[in-house]
Formats: sequence, structure tokens, C-alpha cells
Amino acid sequence: MLTIRNLRSYYGRMQALKGVSLHVEEGEIVALIGANGSGKTTLLNSIVGLVPSLTGQILFLNADITHQSPREIIRMGVSLVPEGRQLFAPLTVMENLILGAYQRYRREKKSKIKSDLDTIFERFPVLKERRSQVAGTLSGGEQQMLAIGRALMSKPKFLLLDEPSMGLAPLIATHIFQIISQLHRQGTTILLVEQNAAAAFKVSNRTYVIETGRVVLQGASEELLHNQEVKRAYLGREYKEVWE
Amino acid sequence: MSREIDPEYLDRENLEKLQLKRLKKVLDRVYHKVPFYREAFDARKVKPDNIKNLKDLERLPFTTREDLRAGYPYGFLTSSLSRLVRLHTSTGTTGKPKAVLFTQKDIDQAARLITRSIGMTGAGPEDVFQNMMSYGLFTGGLIFHYGAERAGLLVIPSGTGNTERQIELMHDFKTTIVHITPSYALYLAEVMERMGMDPRGDFNLRIFYLGAEPYSEATKSKIEEIFSLDAYDSYGLSEMNGPGVAFECKKKCGMHLWEDNFIMEVIDQETLEIRRDSEEGELVLTTLNREAMPILRYRTGDLTHIYPDPCRCGRVHRRISRIKGRVDDMFILRGVNIFPSEVERILMGLPEVGRNYQIVLERHGGLEEMRVILEIKKRFFSGSLKDLKRLQNKIKAKLKGELMVTPQVELVEPTTLPRTTGKAKRLIDKRRI
Amino acid sequence: MAIWNPHFECMAKDELKQLQLEKLQATLNRVYRSVAFYRKLFDQMGLVPDEINSLDELSRIPFTGKTTLRASYPYGMFAVPLREVVRLQCTSGTTGEPIGVGYTRNDLTHWTEVSARVLCAGGVTKNDVVQICFDYSLFGGGLGFHYGAELVGASVIPGSNLDPARQVVIARDYHTTALIATPGFAIRLAAVVREKGLGPADIHLKRGLFTGEPFSERTRKQIEDELNIKATDNYGLSEIAWPGVAGECEKKKGLHIFEDQFIPEIIDPRTKEVLPLGEEGELVLTTITKEAFPLIRYRTGDITALDASPCGCGRTSVRMKKVAGRTDEMVTINGVSFFPSQIEHIFSQIWGVEPHSCLEIDRRGNQDMVNILVKVSEEIFFDEMKKLQDLKSKVEREIYQDLGISVKVKLVEPDSFARETKGKRVVDKR
Repeated sequence: MLTIRNLRSYYGRMQALKGVSLHVEEGEIVALIGANGSGKTTLLNSIVGLVPSLTGQILFLNADITHQSPREIIRMGVSLVPEGRQLFAPLTVMENLILGAYQRYRREKKSKIKSDLDTIFERFPVLKERRSQVAGTLSGGEQQMLAIGRALMSKPKFLLLDEPSMGLAPLIATHIFQIISQLHRQGTTILLVEQNAAAAFKVSNRTYVIETGRVVLQGASEELLHNQEVKRAYLGREYKEVWE
Repeated sequence: MSREIDPEYLDRENLEKLQLKRLKKVLDRVYHKVPFYREAFDARKVKPDNIKNLKDLERLPFTTREDLRAGYPYGFLTSSLSRLVRLHTSTGTTGKPKAVLFTQKDIDQAARLITRSIGMTGAGPEDVFQNMMSYGLFTGGLIFHYGAERAGLLVIPSGTGNTERQIELMHDFKTTIVHITPSYALYLAEVMERMGMDPRGDFNLRIFYLGAEPYSEATKSKIEEIFSLDAYDSYGLSEMNGPGVAFECKKKCGMHLWEDNFIMEVIDQETLEIRRDSEEGELVLTTLNREAMPILRYRTGDLTHIYPDPCRCGRVHRRISRIKGRVDDMFILRGVNIFPSEVERILMGLPEVGRNYQIVLERHGGLEEMRVILEIKKRFFSGSLKDLKRLQNKIKAKLKGELMVTPQVELVEPTTLPRTTGKAKRLIDKRRI
Repeated sequence: MAIWNPHFECMAKDELKQLQLEKLQATLNRVYRSVAFYRKLFDQMGLVPDEINSLDELSRIPFTGKTTLRASYPYGMFAVPLREVVRLQCTSGTTGEPIGVGYTRNDLTHWTEVSARVLCAGGVTKNDVVQICFDYSLFGGGLGFHYGAELVGASVIPGSNLDPARQVVIARDYHTTALIATPGFAIRLAAVVREKGLGPADIHLKRGLFTGEPFSERTRKQIEDELNIKATDNYGLSEIAWPGVAGECEKKKGLHIFEDQFIPEIIDPRTKEVLPLGEEGELVLTTITKEAFPLIRYRTGDITALDASPCGCGRTSVRMKKVAGRTDEMVTINGVSFFPSQIEHIFSQIWGVEPHSCLEIDRRGNQDMVNILVKVSEEIFFDEMKKLQDLKSKVEREIYQDLGISVKVKLVEPDSFARETKGKRVVDKR
């Protein structure tokens, strides 16, 4: 579904990604782990067109979206749940959700969008309960669910999640991962960026490990569990290994 | 729902309960699947149900190595052929070795016992383990290999031989633990010195696991001293999966026999009566955790005694002493089990051989040698060197074919060898270990 | 016939290329960071791993040779700390500088996986009883096949380096169905079977995988006929994976290289240029899944050619021809290069037997001369002079047509042969 070759992304003169190649097959859930500052968020932002300066090739469903606008990319079926949720805090749950489908209003029947809303409420009953509540007053876990729900409202073929468990209590984080797993089982293709490596492995088929803008390891998640490299990337520390 | 405790740490009462539970399953299995055992049971008018506690084991038949050999190849198999994943054989003499069959569970369990055993001595993932035992059909190599690998050690599957190369690897990869026979260990030190290296200073060795041949406490101390390390005794036999039957803990006072996997008894080899703890006798083992080839009351032929008191390490699996000797006269040469009676059978089958022979075992440098001195019947002793040479080679080849080691053969005239009025001393073991 | 891992073995070409690119880039990033040798190499070339943007650009990276590996002994080329290494294997050869090849837990998993693929391609299933007649120590290939056979689920008899007679007894008693050995050992086993007068009721062998020695079609046929089995070839090397780099399928049209783990290239051993598909040259391998001992563009020294045409078995990976010889065996006469094995091959086709031969090369003036010294044996010698002459001429003609060199075939008595050749395959007097 998604193929990336030699992606180099820049913020001004700072090069955040240095030739990253990766792919996600339809129906897969792929995890991307790495330390803070390794380039994970940049990668997701590059995919959805939020990074203006980049070279390389990004293909989505065989179409070249490398330099496409975010609007086009979302229209093609990619949806991002950003780091930190980035909800519209003063708006209600309902309003946030409806806004998630903003691309679709002109093209689809209102009734279809409404029924999708109901599906979201079925999946996240707590959101239904709090649908008139202001988003900024929700708990961390509820906010994450809302962020995911909002992203789902655009009926994405491909869902990008940036650190969904960040700032959440362990039990809540587990719940979120269960939801992600469920989404995957129901057919959504997912690219998941995470600092919580253990959870990422459990939920994903394959994992890429990224370090200072480069992929250093990729493979089946099960295998990477047995790799020390992974621990290094996750902790973001350079071990000076003593051989003698 | 009770959590299952690792059998290594059970208390005595629960260990014995576990033994009984497992024993009953084994009895049921072998009674129905192994004709040899069913016949033996029926002959004693015993049924598996009759065994209600561990003491009742006395009522059950023994199994000897002849029984196993007679059952070759599948006589003692209790699982279907399709579930077998491995064959190992004992270092037997004669054309038909004793075969030991394994299912995947058996392999895993054998490896687990090794992991447990070496764990007791403090081995762990930081260690570099050089397995200097023979790999292949003999259990010493592969079974230990699997166990060490499971425990996360760096395994160097070096096998036997290529000693200089092995020493290089030992030095370069900073081997910390070695599995080796005591005689090879002594030889290793000799070669190291010959190469101008110091067994203590130039290497990272900290532990040796010694096994596969008989040796004295003095030899063990000598090895520990030469290499400046801890040596641990390891006991096993191929019929019982190989190494991992009993192992020394850090207290180094006898070897813990894994009673959750084997029921041990010590018997008087003549009367077959059970000996009390601390009395010496023949070790008899019953497997509790084998799928493919469970064996009841196997007469190992090894002489030992059980330590009655608990070990200071706290484990309740009882300890056996170092093996004091054999009930028969089997000896081990270069890792191969050899029975003088077998040698005799082979020799006496040759028309040229008279009635007197001697087997002399020696060590030259690191190599163990077996010399067979034979009196040749007068009429075959032609005096022609060429004929003698031919006869010598013929006998050598015959012995090699059956014994798996090549002996030196010395042909002598009749009446050269000493005669005795009592039992002839056929075996002279000049190796000092 | 079954394919062990269709996901990788039958992967669509473009998917495979993307996978190879990703894994290559990850490997290059890792070795640059963790292996001093590679970091220096890149720095010297002014190269940064990021610059390798496609598989074609791999050729910008210099080669790695055996001398480098030897010089790095014991663990100079390891990309992970020793604590992560769980196995050590050594290149075979009990003299000379060894090469220590380390494996992490994942490396072992990957190695076992490709070994299983090789076995499966050779027809081995979980219903087989596999007897492995390779040395099991770290110098041999026994353990590799063993772990692979275990993964396939077959029963394993670790025959190791037991002598042929005993191996036959075990094969007979335990109904071995699959044999793993060198071709030479298989022939010795067949001889024992004959000597003992054993027939199909006693020996249940169905298939065999043979490696570790040159394996000509003639030898294959001989083994297949004498043991009544299907025989396949496979390829590996202890510096990378032995077994496991490539395996022959039932179509017998070359050995499938497991491209999701190894990227193959063929180069001209003299000019070092990368050669196109189909052309014969030295096999160069780049490992893309290895953690402990990754190698970039390793010169194997083996001569072969690659074939990417579709294979009837369904596997999409490129195939390599049976190894024709070693680069260090290559001989150049009057500007023409060839291998002793090529000469032997032609000889055996015409004469009907594989010869004990030696190439004697000399120079007269500015011309190179080649004599093929052939040791006389019962099989080679014929009483009729005419027949001998005809065969000799035929060999000389064929060699000229095939390889472009003029040779003279000389039949030599065994004693003189031993004296003149001293056991060498090539005696170069120039």
C-alpha cells in the first residue's frame, strides 16, 4: 500500500531523515520505534505532506504522493492521529468528530456520515456518553480515543498513529492498544509510531527501528524482540559495550 | 489455581508425590506398549495399579543393557514413529549399538535438565562455553549443547580433536566454561604448555564440567589447580538421555540427581536387594519424564551411594557420590565403552587365537592406547614375519570393526603370558586417573 | 513439491527489490556504525551509507575478501558485542588462520530458516528420517543441516563423521529416507551397500542433498543410480551460511538463492566489473539479515552464473549455476582463462570416467603449452592403441572447440604421475 524510497526530509538546513526506505502492505500493522528526535514524527508528517522540504519517493496505492498536498493525500485515504492528540480543545466531542469528516461533506450524503458517527460511538461508548462535553476536559485516554475516532471519520484506508500511548496511564494505554489491534483485525492498514517498544511489538507484524534519521533494523516484530539494538534505540542511549 | 513450582525447588514431600504421580503414568504406558515389560509384569503377577507408593517399586522388574540391546531397534518405543525426532546411540561395542530414541519433548526435557544443572554452578548468558565433547550420535555433545544454548551462553561447538586449534579459540574468544573429559583436560594442559601458554594466566577459564569417564577426587583437584578454576562433576548415561542425570552444585559435595525426572535406587549387585542410604551399590534408575523410551529400574552398572543428609545448598534432590567403579569390568577408552567380555568374545571367535590374552590400557602423551596381547596357536605361529604381520592386521581390523577403537595387537607364542590358578587377570589398566 | 516459505521464496520481483533495498540500507547503516573496518572503508571512499539509493549502487562499495576476514580474527568484524553472540562457527580447515563467524539468536533463526528451505527444496518433509553425515563440530556443516531438519520436523540421526560402514547399519536399522553428505561420501556409502548385499528391502533411502565438494552431473547420476534416490545440490559457505545460501529444487535447473537474506552479484574476477545476468564469473554476496557478522560484497571465490528466468517450481528467486570452480583454480593460457574442472568435465564426457588428471603448463618461447597428464588406471586404459588414440584426439579437439586452447593428452603411469604432479591439480612451470 505504502512504499517509501530514500526519503530525505529537511527542516530548513537540518536534515531529519537521511534516506529512509520502508513499506507497508495492505492489511499490515507496521511499527516504527526509535528514541526522541530520531525522526519518527517527521516520517509520518512527510507521508501526509506536512514537511515541505523533502526528496525521495513516497508511493501510496502506486500513486506518487511525494510532493502532494495534505488535502489530496487525505482524500486518497490516509489519516493521521497526531502526536499529542491535537484535538480542538474548545469544541465538543461531537464537533471534533464531525470535523474529522470535513473532506467528505461535499462528496457524500450526510446520512452516510451520520451512520459512520454512530459506528464510532459503538466502538467508543464513552465518547457517546460525553458527546456534548468539551474536548479539553476529557481524560487522557478519552482524548486519545477521540483523536482516533476523529481520524477514523475520514474513512481512511491507511491510518498513521503518532505515539498514541504517550502520557497515558499503563492500563489506559493497554486499552488503546487493544483498540488499535481491533482496528487492524477489522482490516485497517496501520503505521504506528511508538516509544513504548514492548507494546509496539506485541501489536504489530513488522517493525522498523530508526536512529538519527536512518533505519538501522527492520524485520518481523517477534524477531526484533530478541535484538539488543532495539533496546538501544528505545532507550536512546548509546551503550559503550566493553568487550574485554 | 495453584501456581506450579519448578520441581528444582520442591520440598521433599511434594517431590515424592510428583514422583509417584509420574511413576504411575509411566507404568501404565510401558505396560500397555512394551511387550518386554508386560511379560515381566505378568511373570511377577503385578499390574500397574498395584503400585501404590514408591516402596512398591521393588516389585517391578529390572532392565539390563542386554534387555535394551535385545530390543533393538524399536522394542522399547512407546510413542509412534512419526513423533520421533532424534536418534542417539551409546558408545557401545559390537555391531548393534544401544539406541536411544527421542520425541521433541524428550529433547526439550533433556536440554532443560542441562540448563538447570549448569545454572546451579552459576553459568549464565555472560559465559562463553566450549563444548569439547564428541558431537554426533553420542549424547555428550548435542544434548549439552542444546542445554547451554537454552541458557543463553555463547556456545562454541568445538567437539574433540584439533586441540591446538581449540586452544587458540579458547584464548581468542575468552572461553569461560568447558565441558570435557578429565583425561582430555589433563592433555589440554600439556598441549597448552607445549604451545608456550599458561593454563592459568593466558585464559579466561573459570569452570570445567567433567564427565563421561571415571576419575578420582585427586584428579579433579589436580585439574582445578592446573587451570585455577572450579571443576564440577557431571553424571549421565546415554540410556538416560545422556548428561544431565546428576550434577554437582556449588557446595561440591556429591551430585544432585534430578529426582523429579528419575527415581533412583541403589542395590546390591548380587542379591538385587535395595541398599540403605550411604551404603554402596549399583545405581538403578527409572525414568519419569520420557515419552519415547521410558525405562524401568535400569541397572546402570555404576557403583555409588546416596548421601542421606540434605545438601547445604537447600535442594532436596538427593546427592550421589562420585562413581566408584563398575559392577562389571567395562572400561572407557577414548570415550568408547568397552567390555572385556566382548573383546574376549571377538578374540575367541578367531581360529588362530589360543586361550590366553591380555588387554593393557596405557596413556602416551594425550592419547589412550589399548594393547591386546594374544597367544597364537602353535600351528599358526609360522615364524614368517610377513604371515604374522598379516595375521596381526587381520585381528586389528576385526577388533576395530567391532570396538570402534583401533587397538595395538601383539602376537606372542603360546605360554608367554603368565598363568594363574585363580581368575586370570585379563585387564591391566596402567592409566592413572 | 512443497515450498518452505512461499512468502519470501515466491515473492514478486518488485516487492523483493523493495525489501532488499530496505534491508541493505539498514545493514549499511549498522555496519558503518558498528564495524570499524566498514566505517574506514566508507570514509576512505568518501562514501556515506545514505548514498546507496538503489541496489545498482551497491557496486560503488569496495569488496570484502577472505584476507580481511582472516586479519580481523577473532572478532574484529563482529557488529554486535560478544555477549549477544550465542554461537560460534569456524571456517573449515584445521590449519592456517581461521575465521570465527558469530551468530546472534536471530542469526541462528535466519540460518535455520534457510537451511529448512534448502532441505524442503530437496524434497525433505517432516515424514523423513534424515541422516546427516557431516562433521557436527564448529568446523563442519552438520549443525546447520541439523537445525534445519529439526525445523522441518523430520527425525534426525546425527551421523556426523562416523565411517560409511556404521552409517549404513544405522540407515538400515532406522529406515533413513534422506541422506545428507558430500558426494564422495555418498559414493562410498553406495559401495558399502553393495558389499553388504543390501537391497531395497533393507535400504529405504529416497532422497539426498549433497554439498561440500564439486558435484558434476555425472556424479549426480552415479549417486542416483547406485543409491536409487533423487539427489540435489545446494550451496553455502561457512563465512555466511553453510548450508543455506542456495538450494536446488526438483526442476534441477540451478540453485535458488535466498534473496531475502543474500544479495548476489557476479563479477569478472580480474577486472572486478559487475557482469550481466547469464555471464559466468565470481559470486559476490551481501548479507542483509545478519546481525553479528554482516558482510558487504564478499568475494566468495566461487565461479558461477545467475539465471533469472522463471522456474517451473514457482520460486521467483534468481538461480545460480552449479559452481564451476574456484577463482584460485583459474588458469590462463595464451590469454584464455579456464578451469581445470572444465577440462575434467570434457574428458569424462568423452572417456566415460572421471580422470585423475593434472594440468602441466609450460612455456616455449612466447607460447604457453598445456599437457593434460592423466593417471593410467584400468578404467582409462584400453589395449587397442587405435581406440586410445581416437579418444585422445577427440578430447583434444573438444577442448580446442570449447575452450580455445590446444592441449596434449598424455597417459602416465601411476608412479610417474605421483612424482610429476605431487598431488596437485595444476603444475605451472612458467
